[in-house]
Amino acid sequence: MTNRPHVAVIVFPGSNDDRDAAWALGSVGAEPALVWHEETELPPAIGAVVLPGGFAYGDYLRTGAIASVAPIMDAVRAFAASGGPVLGICNGFQILCEARLLPGVLRANRQLEFVCRDAALEVESVDSVFMRRCSVGQRLVIPVKHGEGAWYADEGTFVQLAARGQIVLRYAEDVNGALGNVAGVVNEAGNVMGLMPHPEHAVDPLLGSADGGFLLAALVDAAAAHHALAHA
Amino acid sequence: MKATVLIRPKAGILDPQGDAVRHSLQKLGFDVHATRVGRVVDLDVEADDTGGARAEIQRMCEELLANPLIESFEIRIEES
Repeated sequence: MTNRPHVAVIVFPGSNDDRDAAWALGSVGAEPALVWHEETELPPAIGAVVLPGGFAYGDYLRTGAIASVAPIMDAVRAFAASGGPVLGICNGFQILCEARLLPGVLRANRQLEFVCRDAALEVESVDSVFMRRCSVGQRLVIPVKHGEGAWYADEGTFVQLAARGQIVLRYAEDVNGALGNVAGVVNEAGNVMGLMPHPEHAVDPLLGSADGGFLLAALVDAAAAHHALAHA
Repeated sequence: MKATVLIRPKAGILDPQGDAVRHSLQKLGFDVHATRVGRVVDLDVEADDTGGARAEIQRMCEELLANPLIESFEIRIEES
């Protein structure tokens, strides 16, 4: 055990960014713990949960659909309900939407092509714990790599989310046909976030950008705060 | 009891896959105005009657098989 905040990274069959996420979290001060999807409880002392990128269950049925009902998800749901910070990256975002922990759904890119490149993002709202190290209007460069990343919600939901500051990141240009160029959203309570770009692939200037570190470091801050609160 | 669930992109929802298929059909010379691509799930379920089977499959659709934000579904029970 260390004094570093403990962050669980859930591993589904078909996850492929789990170890990258764990490494990146370690680089910004977390003690990561990989947790297999068949577990029914999170390890003790966990302060935050990350659902990583990949192709959980081969994207069968719909991306994220099967994973959203995996055994560990009841524990993730309970953790989120207790105010614990949960971050879904790419496939993790798809899973959180399918689990209805986040609004909307991720659909096939409008151009029907896999998109894999650095994406310029604009920070739209910094009210949630995940965005505490960013400022409104800040531009971040974080890579995307997905075939099904076009976020969609009905018009009424979209307007409501924007008004409440739940749209946290937008692409600076159209990347995949997402409604409103939405790249990341948070739940109403502000403790569950999903985004298609991969902050874990942007934590070192050697990799082209360190901007993902803003998000992951904020998650580690939130993990420390949640753990302190839960064990006060 | 055997049943089939037809899952379709909801009316009004952009279906890029359907559009791509339509373009290909047109390239082959077919006179197609619209194409929508969905999914078929064949099921064999334990049920006493068709009403019970339908109710059970309805729940399956709502909980997993379809995403109500973007998909509609139709349940067909095979009468034996």
